[in-house]
Amino acid sequence: MRFVFKRSYDADIGLFKHRPQALWYLGLLVLVVALPWLVDEFFVGEATNVLIWAIAGMGLMLLTGHTGQASLGHAAFMAVGCYTCVIMIANGVPFLLALPLAGVIAGLVGVIVALPVLRLHGIYLAIATLAISVLTEDFIVIAEPWTGGVVGLVAPPIVIFGLEIDRYGTPALFYFLTLAVTLVVLAGYRNLLRAPLGRAFTALRDSEISAQAMGVNIARTKATAFGLSCGATGLAGALLGFYAGAFNHETFNLVLSIQLLLMIVIGGLGSIHGAFFGALVIGFLPQFIALVRDGISGVFDLGSVTIPGIESGIFGLILVGFILFEPTGIYGRWVKLRTYFELYPFYRKDMFKRQKSFLKTERMR
Amino acid sequence: MLHCRQQCDGNHPVWGVGELDLLQLSISGLANGCVYGLIALGFVLIYKATEAVNFAQGDFMMFGAFITIWLANSYYLGINFWVAVSIAVLIMGMLGYLLDMIVLRRMFGQPQIAVVILTIALGFILRFLAGAIWAHEPQSLEFPLAGEKITLGGLVLGVEEVAVILVTFALCGLLYLFFSRSRLGMAMQAASQNQLAAYFMGVPVKRIQSLVWALGGMVAAVAGVLFASKGAIDPSTGLLGIKAFAAAVIGGFGSLPGALIGGIIIGLVEPFAAYGLPAGYSQIAPYLIMLLVLIFRPHGLFSQVQKKKV
Repeated sequence: MRFVFKRSYDADIGLFKHRPQALWYLGLLVLVVALPWLVDEFFVGEATNVLIWAIAGMGLMLLTGHTGQASLGHAAFMAVGCYTCVIMIANGVPFLLALPLAGVIAGLVGVIVALPVLRLHGIYLAIATLAISVLTEDFIVIAEPWTGGVVGLVAPPIVIFGLEIDRYGTPALFYFLTLAVTLVVLAGYRNLLRAPLGRAFTALRDSEISAQAMGVNIARTKATAFGLSCGATGLAGALLGFYAGAFNHETFNLVLSIQLLLMIVIGGLGSIHGAFFGALVIGFLPQFIALVRDGISGVFDLGSVTIPGIESGIFGLILVGFILFEPTGIYGRWVKLRTYFELYPFYRKDMFKRQKSFLKTERMR
Repeated sequence: MLHCRQQCDGNHPVWGVGELDLLQLSISGLANGCVYGLIALGFVLIYKATEAVNFAQGDFMMFGAFITIWLANSYYLGINFWVAVSIAVLIMGMLGYLLDMIVLRRMFGQPQIAVVILTIALGFILRFLAGAIWAHEPQSLEFPLAGEKITLGGLVLGVEEVAVILVTFALCGLLYLFFSRSRLGMAMQAASQNQLAAYFMGVPVKRIQSLVWALGGMVAAVAGVLFASKGAIDPSTGLLGIKAFAAAVIGGFGSLPGALIGGIIIGLVEPFAAYGLPAGYSQIAPYLIMLLVLIFRPHGLFSQVQKKKV
């Protein structure tokens, strides 16, 4: 067991809790940077996919996990980021400018959308964002001159200072690009949580009334959270567009929105780790199911029986399992496991149990 | 009344449509709206009683429809239509009861968003099950009176549409009587208004909640039967639930008649929007109305939310 001895107040808001933790993360960084040399090209592509999910997950985690505003419409902001980025590049804006601008525009759209829906709480907010997701899908079809409508758009190759990056031609370079964006978003997120604004987010999540009493401007803070969250999600959307190569309105449908929310729940709400764990699950679940299916059909000699839609079925089952038995997600389980080993043999089953559970009514407010 | 609604809701003039066409459009819209309204009714029932929003209500509807198809259609079991419908309603009721007893009761005290995600996941599972059992092709229920027409002074109506409207209103009357007259209905009202007080009065709140879920499942089954006898249904039809959401929101999430009226509003707006607006714009009309209601009257047209006194 480790006792962290704090010598200054700054230790409370340090990036890492103690030196060994920093070393672990450094090791992880080295591993992900060296990944393209360690595994084959297919796997690099999959890792890129996971990173893109993780960026979007971080965006939604900031809003849902840390500010407590559930959104069922984040695919809409992915779409905004994706389409603006590609349209800007088509009009001659260099990629290095277009990508951040796409994030900024998605964030601005998020703020504009947030302003009217901010008065809504809990379930009503979820439904309003759901409507936004559906509307965006239809809007993409309507705005055909820019978005290509049902046919969609094809992502142009990325050119950075004459270096051409292509998802299939140079998967390693595309992986590094995604990794760089991930690290920037991650650093911003981590620092935000240490800053007054991040604390205001968390205060807002835990109790709006007490946050207001502590001097947090609720409307402005919520709008900021919406904007930052949508910005990160927009970045992920832009990268997703380049990753997919071609995209149309169906790329950013409601299912994507729901998947994003489910992802961060599986990963663990309220922790940055959760976004990454969830992204790993979402990214590798299809492969895992295919593997298991091949294994089963190998044993029972079923041939190549495929049940359409089995992925979403299994996904649903996993989700029900997590919500019922591990509401804190994978990250919560990991924390419990770590505590078990750190405190061995003093870990007790009820250590993380919430003391009281009561029905929080939304009917009175 | 229908004409008035058309003027209130259709923001654009309807070109080149005769009076009779208008009436016919309204009736088919009304029939659609009744199905939306019934699904929305299920949402609101469950929300009022347990404060859980059942995102799987549309999938309940789909599942109930498929059970009925499986029982009644000649290429499956082919038993008597009315028997099949009653069995399907019973099965869906049991499913709702068991779901609450086994799954949702454990969610007590969890944040609402957890319940939302749970029901979305349940919807995924139901959709998968329906797809695995009954395949993904659209199927429609063999409705015994299908194809017959009722002619009413130049107005030609499909029996299905009239039946949908009649059944919906009959069901609503039944529910009204149930909630206002029967002991169980009163207990449900009490439990939804104040759980603790109801508990002190000897109302078995947990069982009542499960029964409300059962009722929600049964209403969904009826909606499914109506939907499937009017048109084809496939496992992803459950996503229609989102439209029913719009209905519930427009009516206000806490009001049963509001849900039905919201459903009818949406059902009526859809065909007129399709007539008056260019393609692509018409399908966004329901969601646009819902967003507007959310922004300007966040608790719906028939709200029942009280201010908290601190």
